[in-house]
Amino acid sequence: MTASITVEGLEVVFDRFRALKGVSLDVREGESYGLVGESGSGKSTLLRTITGLAPVASGTITVNGKTLGKTRDKAFYRDVQMVFQDPYGSLHPRQTLDRLLQEPLAIHGIADGEKRIERALDEVGLGKGFRFRYAHQLSGGQRQRVAIARALILEPSVLLLDEPTSALDASVQAEVLNLLEEVRRRRKLTFLMVSHDLAIITHMCERLMVMQNGEAVETLTASQLIGHRVSEDYTRNLLRASEGFVRV
Amino acid sequence: MSDTLLDVDDLRVTFPTRTGLVHAVRGVSFSLGRERLGIVGESGSGKSQTGRAIMGLTPPQAEVSARKLAFDGIDLLSISPRQRRALRGNRIAMILQDPKYSLDPVMTIGRQIVETLRTHEKVSKAEARKRALAMLQAVQIRDPARVFDLYPHEVSGGMGQRAMIAMMLVTGPELMIADEPTSALDVTVQLDVLKILDKLVAERGMGLIFISHDLRLVSSFCDRVVVMYAGKVVEQIKASELRDAQHPYTRGLLNCMPRIGFERHPLPVLDRKPEWAE
Repeated sequence: MTASITVEGLEVVFDRFRALKGVSLDVREGESYGLVGESGSGKSTLLRTITGLAPVASGTITVNGKTLGKTRDKAFYRDVQMVFQDPYGSLHPRQTLDRLLQEPLAIHGIADGEKRIERALDEVGLGKGFRFRYAHQLSGGQRQRVAIARALILEPSVLLLDEPTSALDASVQAEVLNLLEEVRRRRKLTFLMVSHDLAIITHMCERLMVMQNGEAVETLTASQLIGHRVSEDYTRNLLRASEGFVRV
Repeated sequence: MSDTLLDVDDLRVTFPTRTGLVHAVRGVSFSLGRERLGIVGESGSGKSQTGRAIMGLTPPQAEVSARKLAFDGIDLLSISPRQRRALRGNRIAMILQDPKYSLDPVMTIGRQIVETLRTHEKVSKAEARKRALAMLQAVQIRDPARVFDLYPHEVSGGMGQRAMIAMMLVTGPELMIADEPTSALDVTVQLDVLKILDKLVAERGMGLIFISHDLRLVSSFCDRVVVMYAGKVVEQIKASELRDAQHPYTRGLLNCMPRIGFERHPLPVLDRKPEWAE
């Protein structure tokens, strides 16, 4: 299997704050890879740096065999798409879904918009009836479906997911996670997914990296985590915390 | 169960909107002794509005009605706003979700705690400061004197939430309403905050209403759980018997979360039935 995303010695510095301290990562093609950690651990920064939303201080990022420079070309943005955490903030409130989904197509000069929009809405389980609605008329789960549809409409090979369900109710979260798994299987996508919830990451991903303070704590397979075969105390703490409250 | 602290019978909260009345809470009844009661539901289930109605924080345009809404024998709906204010923050306290938004950003943490205390009790400034510091100590803040003089933006979320708990407990309330007290916090910090809350509630023999969307968390923390759906109580159950929950909604909520070591693909989803809302 070839590597889809390779990150080597990545440093990200905001003013004097080192958000990422030499992080390396390697995601295989078609793999689902998780990043876990508490807030401030740098997991979201890592995703944002890959898409070019945060500056690289040093280190290299390679996506699908191409090493990324300071600016990324159009082909990159067609191949790599991102779904953000908060569907209330990531959709334009005054645009219809049709307009929202049209935007990436217009940027990339893709002609068969009609068909693609209908197919994208179908694929995320919304249907054509939603096409001319506004985001504010939708529930949180429906909005996140739109965000996924918008990411899928360009037929990317890599999907970066930044806490895609943490703003949603548990029952809606299950629906969105199922949808993500389904589109991944159908389109053979590579996922790089960020979450603070170990249970979600083990459910969705084959391998994962635990992060803390801008550094990788350890890299594990999902089955290692399930079997509690972890070597770092920090990971053990996270595992314990995810088991819920225990009265002593 | 010991004597009843809070009695809620047929509580209704209705909001007038442009498109007609929205019934956020539709006939909720429960009673609470000196115990920990969890209220669980999804967003829009009316769980927060139930808590706010008890606290008297329903927005003015909304209408609250109930056959009975009594705290320690006091009918909350018939007393004057002034009397209600005297109760609020004193005998009934509320912890809100996100310390980033619920603490005053231009006031030091210490001053906010002192303000709460001096609103309800006649104490000297020095005495109030002493009690605020002791309270900060009680929520396991290591250096209370330093934190006392910090502004909310200078502390972490977990620390902010502890400060909020300190502020709410400083008057020694008998009933505490915690509305998603840990949802804005990291998982590891969540447990610390819950531990502190648990210890203080147990020591002081308070009644606690713990409002959350996380059924599993609530069931591990509370004695009893009220499950709400579309403004109604669909099930009341002892936390220890949650596994035998009858209502499909409760069971669905329990099942739909991914769990480490229980592989299920796809995850079971809730099949919402219109009759649940009836």
